[in-house]
Amino acid sequence: MKLRLPFAPLVALRFLREGRMQTLLILAGTAGGVAVIVFLTQLITQLQAQIVDRVLGSQAHVVIRPLEEANLRAIDDPAFATLIEPRAQRLRSIDQWENVARLAADMPGVTAVSPMATGPAFALRGQASKSVALMGVDPTLYRRIVRMDEYMLSGRFAVEGPRAVIGTELAKDLGIGLEDKLRVMLPNGRDELLQVGGIFDIGNKDLNRRWVFVTLPLAQSLLDLPGGVSSLDLTVADIFEAQALADRLKGATGLTVDSWMQTNAQLLAALRNQTVSNNLIRSFVVIIVALGIASVLVVSVVQKQKEIGILRAMGASRAMILQVFLIQGSLVGAVGSVIGSLLAFGLLQTFSAIYRNADGTPLFSAELEPRFILMAALVATSVGLASALIPARRAARMDPVQAIRS
Amino acid sequence: MTAPVIELTGLTKTYNIGTPVETEVLHGLDLSLMEGEFAALIGPSGSGKSTLLNIIGLLERPTGGRLAFAGRNTATLPEAEITQLRGRSIGFVFQFHHLLPAFSALENVMMPAIIAHGAPSDALEATALQLLDAVGLKAHAYKKPGELSGGQQQRVAIARALALKPRLILADEPTGNLDTRTADDIFALLREFNRDSHCACLIVTHDPRLAARCDRVIRLVDGRIADDLPTA
Repeated sequence: MKLRLPFAPLVALRFLREGRMQTLLILAGTAGGVAVIVFLTQLITQLQAQIVDRVLGSQAHVVIRPLEEANLRAIDDPAFATLIEPRAQRLRSIDQWENVARLAADMPGVTAVSPMATGPAFALRGQASKSVALMGVDPTLYRRIVRMDEYMLSGRFAVEGPRAVIGTELAKDLGIGLEDKLRVMLPNGRDELLQVGGIFDIGNKDLNRRWVFVTLPLAQSLLDLPGGVSSLDLTVADIFEAQALADRLKGATGLTVDSWMQTNAQLLAALRNQTVSNNLIRSFVVIIVALGIASVLVVSVVQKQKEIGILRAMGASRAMILQVFLIQGSLVGAVGSVIGSLLAFGLLQTFSAIYRNADGTPLFSAELEPRFILMAALVATSVGLASALIPARRAARMDPVQAIRS
Repeated sequence: MTAPVIELTGLTKTYNIGTPVETEVLHGLDLSLMEGEFAALIGPSGSGKSTLLNIIGLLERPTGGRLAFAGRNTATLPEAEITQLRGRSIGFVFQFHHLLPAFSALENVMMPAIIAHGAPSDALEATALQLLDAVGLKAHAYKKPGELSGGQQQRVAIARALALKPRLILADEPTGNLDTRTADDIFALLREFNRDSHCACLIVTHDPRLAARCDRVIRLVDGRIADDLPTA
């Protein structure tokens, strides 16, 4: 069975095959460019996703807190000189928090809401006393904010009655293990004997030392917040929409609403800068590849002058000649993107085998997402097409008589 | 049966119009070529033979006068139609064969048909094979032009010119770079197709021996037709 190609692709392919060395060189250039772009994009996307994932692994996407208390002027007269001192912020509950939680849960984009009563305390055992944050949570709801189950070293993330969950550093500092007892003492003088029901390692020593999870009712009574919560933690569907959502919630509730994007503004700026520099590199590579394809095709048009003239004498229209060269450009782009993607895959394999995290796991996975291959193929093919435009138009405008005579 | 394929009236061609080196190459030619006619175009170099051939072949447009192809005035035809008319109705045989080096002999012969139909097909291939057979090159159908001798290349070129059964064949010194025996062969081939398919042939040649074997000899001198006589 013989493959019958139409005129333009048939001639384009033959011309490419005839200019063997040129075609190989330009294919290598295009493939190299595509490999760099795909590899970089995949790597940076993965690393950024990992960083964001790690940062968000131990914090809520959005946190709702009560408004800060402020002193107001009783007499608002500019004639009086007044000194307003900032107020000390005491621990307060969110007013009508059940209603706020319901409102937040109904907001599109919010996937989980978890109430929390949190305040400072001391964890005591024998002579040792450690300052900790007492976190009263509903474990079922809190699991949807921070995936605590993944961080458990021993025991379960289940608080009930006097059972608490503490971090591995605190356990070490106090010299206790699973099912051991510890006492917590609060600034208001209340204290309680807790039993360790689980020990976690969240990947951050500071948090491992400070977080003590207890039931919500226990925290409420210890912190003098009967029925109240000090914050509401939210999980959202699109993490980069968190700020917009926080603004909307702030407008709707009049409370203090912070998103992770505000809390981690520096990290976000760094990620953004990385993306900008990545885009810059990609743009330059695209420009260089385009120039390469264009220059090789310009030379090819001159070399094929006579053939173009013959084809025109045999009735090939300007449009047909134009197509022949446009197809050459896009073919180089398309084939180059296939080879380039394979190269990028090889690079990813090699690098992920070489570079490893502190714990020995690969720094990034060796997989290549299909959408990046698709993107590369689209970009390379259109770049090939675009860079063929000038040479192709030159070929199409060629005078057949001149072309044959030369 | 003898309708004119080509009719020139007062045809002129001027190059570099509006520049100091403006030159008129053809000075008002009147000429017609009938169906089935086999004419030679002779004349010293620089007399405008090639220019005339290019104009008749619709590769160049005349500056003045009228050129009718099969009764149609070509001056008013748009570029695209001229190109199509050239492809379908005129077959070219150049001095240096001008085959496409990247394609086999068979593909070269098919090329005018591929251009006209958009894509190759089994039917086109069969026709092309027949043509190659007729010029005695069936055995070399799959060779590239570079693997053929000069005479064989010129035969392929003739087969290609005949591919679409054109009404006019234009040959620019088709035997110019061949030895006498091969030249005779090639000439005989052209003559044979002219008889069989009844197309008009115009052959530019420097060889008085070959010119004498045509039906008619047109002599061009300094862009004018010096004489236009039937051979005895």
